[in-house]
Amino acid sequence: MKAVIVLPAYNEASVIRQVIANLPKKLNGISNLEYVVINDGSTDQTGAIAKKEGIKILSHIINRGLGAAIKTGIDYAKSQDVDLFVTFDSDGQHNPRDIQKVINPILQEKADLVIGTRFKNKQKVPLDRLIINKLANLATLLFFGVLTTDSQSGLRAFSKKAIKHIDFKADKMDFSSEILLEAKRHNLKVIEVPIDLIYTPYSREKGQKNMNALSIFAKFLVRLYR
Amino acid sequence: MFTTIQIILLAIVIFAISRVYLRFKEGILSRQATFFWLFIWISGLIGVSLPQTTTRIAELFGVGRGVDIIVYISLALLFYLVFRIYVMIEDLRSEITFLVRQIALQNSSKKSPRALSSSRRRGPIKK
Repeated sequence: MKAVIVLPAYNEASVIRQVIANLPKKLNGISNLEYVVINDGSTDQTGAIAKKEGIKILSHIINRGLGAAIKTGIDYAKSQDVDLFVTFDSDGQHNPRDIQKVINPILQEKADLVIGTRFKNKQKVPLDRLIINKLANLATLLFFGVLTTDSQSGLRAFSKKAIKHIDFKADKMDFSSEILLEAKRHNLKVIEVPIDLIYTPYSREKGQKNMNALSIFAKFLVRLYR
Repeated sequence: MFTTIQIILLAIVIFAISRVYLRFKEGILSRQATFFWLFIWISGLIGVSLPQTTTRIAELFGVGRGVDIIVYISLALLFYLVFRIYVMIEDLRSEITFLVRQIALQNSSKKSPRALSSSRRRGPIKK
């Protein structure tokens, strides 16, 4: 089975080397594994550092946002005719061991889309992040009719069917909820798998800004009622 | 005889009509958009030069003064135009992203990918 794992990166020079170094070289059930950094118009040394690590890089010439970077990864995965596609944040907030956890349901043909949920395991989460996440989940339920415990998770796995059908428009963080809507529209089997959450001051700063939630909310409305 | 404010407003409206015509001649505005903007500005021209017409229209809609109906219609029109501009900006963003993506994919296909470095270090993230 062929898999592509993408790491969308924007100005992650201080952590990208270590994140790449910690990625598993082998995954059970995967015979052909490729990691791809989507360098989303970084203005620091992110691209150069990733290149030194010998990883494949797709470079956006200007910053287009997380959703745009993930979609570039999906288009690349389609061009490579892969069976499995995984997204993995490059800010160091994910445990690399969780990659196997999110791909297992797809290997076992139990799901088409697996969301690594950070809020099912009992772990310490900053209150503001917890509230923002709950609001994002509520917006996803209200606007898209999809119930989820972590609509904004960066660790997801897509089956071949999901790669083929999921087509989202959002360039920024709001693409996460759109993915769930697309899965619902195409009757894809979606499951959530608990994953670890490594909150560091760096990943908190790099992650979704609290005030961005309002902008995402406005974008939901415009996209639905344009 | 026109009042001072009428003269100022008429000058602005005539200037706007001349810009619409010039943009149409340059091929920047479509025929449809030109008609739309000419309708707006010529309505303004009539409203400014013959204020009593707006009063009659206001009475038709049950609004007290002619100036009030102008304000209401202008506000509704402005909100609609802002919405259209927002949608247009979103479309432009989407097209830019498409181009950026195609460039990234095309550049990648020109380069040969390398395998992950075997000398990768393992350990916690240091910041």
